[in-house]
Amino acid sequence: MGQMNGSNNDEYVRLLGAWPSPFVLRTRIALNLKRVPYEYLEEEDTLNSESVLNYNPVHKQIPILIHGNKPIRESLNIVMYVDETWLSGPPILPSDPFDRAVARFWDVYIDEHCFTSINGVAVAKDEEERKAAIGKLEQCMALLEETFQECSKGRGFFGGDNIGFIDIGFGSMLGPLKVLEKFTGVKFIHSENTPGLFHWADRFYAHEAVKPVMPDIEKLVEFARLKFNTSIFK
Amino acid sequence: MASDQVKLIGAWASPFVMRPRIALNLKSVPYEFLQETFGSKSELLLKSNPVHKKIPVLLHADKPVCESNIIVEYIDETWSSSGPSILPSHPYDRAMARFWAAYIDEKWFVSLRSIQTAEGEEEKKAVLAQVDEGTAILEKAFIDCSKGKPFFNGDHIGYLDIAFGCFLGWLRVTELAAGHKLLDETKTPSLSKWADRFCDDPAVKPVMPDTAKLAEFAQKIFAKPQP
Repeated sequence: MGQMNGSNNDEYVRLLGAWPSPFVLRTRIALNLKRVPYEYLEEEDTLNSESVLNYNPVHKQIPILIHGNKPIRESLNIVMYVDETWLSGPPILPSDPFDRAVARFWDVYIDEHCFTSINGVAVAKDEEERKAAIGKLEQCMALLEETFQECSKGRGFFGGDNIGFIDIGFGSMLGPLKVLEKFTGVKFIHSENTPGLFHWADRFYAHEAVKPVMPDIEKLVEFARLKFNTSIFK
Repeated sequence: MASDQVKLIGAWASPFVMRPRIALNLKSVPYEFLQETFGSKSELLLKSNPVHKKIPVLLHADKPVCESNIIVEYIDETWSSSGPSILPSHPYDRAMARFWAAYIDEKWFVSLRSIQTAEGEEEKKAVLAQVDEGTAILEKAFIDCSKGKPFFNGDHIGYLDIAFGCFLGWLRVTELAAGHKLLDETKTPSLSKWADRFCDDPAVKPVMPDTAKLAEFAQKIFAKPQP
């Protein structure tokens, strides 16, 4: 186990999660990056799970990281906690305060705008609503393409030579984006419109911390079909 | 780098703007406050925060930092050797502080704000009950986080005190308008006392708006149709 900051080396790490969740995926990638051994517990019915209710009574949601007996909730919080606790692995957030602020800004944007639009496309009640959500999502992609160019500075990831906070925040959304592409026929990440993101996505998928935990796309498609019983998923 | 010029684009009535102002005061960082006019957005704001076009924006040597809680962390990290630590030092306590700050913004404040738009007595009562529920949760969070000390952060005000305390002005305005106490000695004894201590803090006092002035401002902005 890597060197830890202010924590008991023997403290057990558990992660309560669900395989389709992009938020859970973030935390698994972070733990893999830092080579932290952990027990993964799949929660099939989070609303009725005793563990979930016990460790996250406020939101009743996964992921929940339990370190020793202390629960840490919310995916980005967990990623930051992992980064701050296990110091010997590669850093997830940059060291410069301004770059850290930029990384945090974009992950908030990804949650509040990107993910909201992805959901918007999935749950749209009619064609008009769906078109609007698709338009919004395309705008997000254009902005993230620009951000990628600025942050990567010619290197492979938003984080530079290795995956970082924005890579994890956005990379976890690649699965849901691919599912939407399949059902809507719209290419959100495209070799012509978003060339940076297009090649970055391949590198992200191939990363050793990502590959073992990225859900299979066909399984995700089937999951979406069952969960979002709306016209586009037939 | 830390000695480069600091400007803050904001507005006196905004609780989100208050957050970085308190943080800058805690670190004794001099800054130029660029007040936005209500109802319009300056060129500088649009250029500095093109994605959201919202205040606050901190400009440090002309580099923009956006989102109030992110700015507070930036201030803590940049002026780390000046003044008390704003974020707790232990990663678990930091995770707790960030968790509760997000809860306050995403759930508690959203309920508080919706009191203004609630139509009819029934809806108002329901929303007030929701805010009360949230405040009760925060009362418990205070007891857990403070561990018997005066603030969420311990002996000094910190990230979570700032994240919640910035809403005290608007909370008081809402209490007056709705005729309903949201923080009081019976329902929320710990938070009640904490609120007084927070407002008295020298880093907070100069930037906490006067309740009467805020109430007058609220009347003005909520009288108009929402854009």
